[in-house]
Amino acid sequence: MLNVLEYLQKCSVDGLLPWSAQLEAVERLSLSHAAVEEIALVSGLLPARYQRNRNMISVAEQLQLFRSRIAVIGCGGLGGYIIEELARLGIGQIVAVDPDKFEEHNLNRQLFSTIGNLGRAKVAAALDRVNEVNPAVKLIPVRTFFRAANGRELLQGVTVAVDALDSIACRLELAETCAGMDIPMVHGAIGGWYGHVATQLPGDTTVQSIYRNWVQGKGIEKDLGNPAFTPAVVAGLQVAEVCKLVLGRGELLRRRKLSIDLLDMEMHEIPYHASAEVIHFPTREIEQERAAG
Amino acid sequence: MQVTVKLFATFRNGRFKVTSQELTEGTACRTIMLGLELTEEQIGVVLVNGRHAALDQGLHEGDTLALFPLVGGG
Repeated sequence: MLNVLEYLQKCSVDGLLPWSAQLEAVERLSLSHAAVEEIALVSGLLPARYQRNRNMISVAEQLQLFRSRIAVIGCGGLGGYIIEELARLGIGQIVAVDPDKFEEHNLNRQLFSTIGNLGRAKVAAALDRVNEVNPAVKLIPVRTFFRAANGRELLQGVTVAVDALDSIACRLELAETCAGMDIPMVHGAIGGWYGHVATQLPGDTTVQSIYRNWVQGKGIEKDLGNPAFTPAVVAGLQVAEVCKLVLGRGELLRRRKLSIDLLDMEMHEIPYHASAEVIHFPTREIEQERAAG
Repeated sequence: MQVTVKLFATFRNGRFKVTSQELTEGTACRTIMLGLELTEEQIGVVLVNGRHAALDQGLHEGDTLALFPLVGGG
């Protein structure tokens, strides 16, 4: 460990660790990319790939991101962009859940769908992409449907769950599972030119309230499908919420839903008031740590 | 009574963004919805004066009803 650290410090310029040195450490010392990244961050060195984050995300915060585990439920339109952004952000572990293979009708919008990936499992394509973009990130591919029955197992040890599902029934099961495990959930849904985002903390019932009028079937997406840009917009907003949840910063989209209309270019905030006690996550723990010194 | 009806997203197609309707006092949200040829299955959010409401809720002079469609894709 000391030798690795000495090597990394020697190679760093102005606190930035170049990729070539990370790679050298991995190859010479038979360490994983994740192990090298953690040693660097713990020692206050920032992998140079994150240098443009530097003035908004501190090295200590970059370590918090690295030590978090985010579940992305659904690897289609929303999920592809979400996984890409989480990997570039430097989230340490991503659990990617989806039962499907890529098909031709995914090519208009799903980031990991390419001609070459047609017929391949979406989670396998996600794994390849993340390894290509940021090998320090561990993606755990799980090729299955998310349901209440396997939910607890899939969300074990997860910091935040991100809803990228295309089924309202499964989404409600995800919300219930998150509630039962005290896991915050970032909800997103899209259809055509339209979409919405909301963040639900343990004790909230925002997602259940959003679908309180739902009985069965799909929403406007059934007829409209989804274009290239709507998933990118909503996924970006969801990842911003994940980043804030992990770091305990900013104002979350809590007890409110941001409704987005890209055709008339309007955004509306719809209130969803609390129905249960207030539980701060993870802000309270972080504040206590800060207070303790 | 006069009520303001606001429609969002796909509900605007072939209809309007906002309009004023002259109705009998206490007319239910559902009656207005049906008058717009919308079905209950299509409804995502019903707001009366910015607060969530049931479709059975009756409206009063000066109320604003807002209807958003159900969105559930990913």
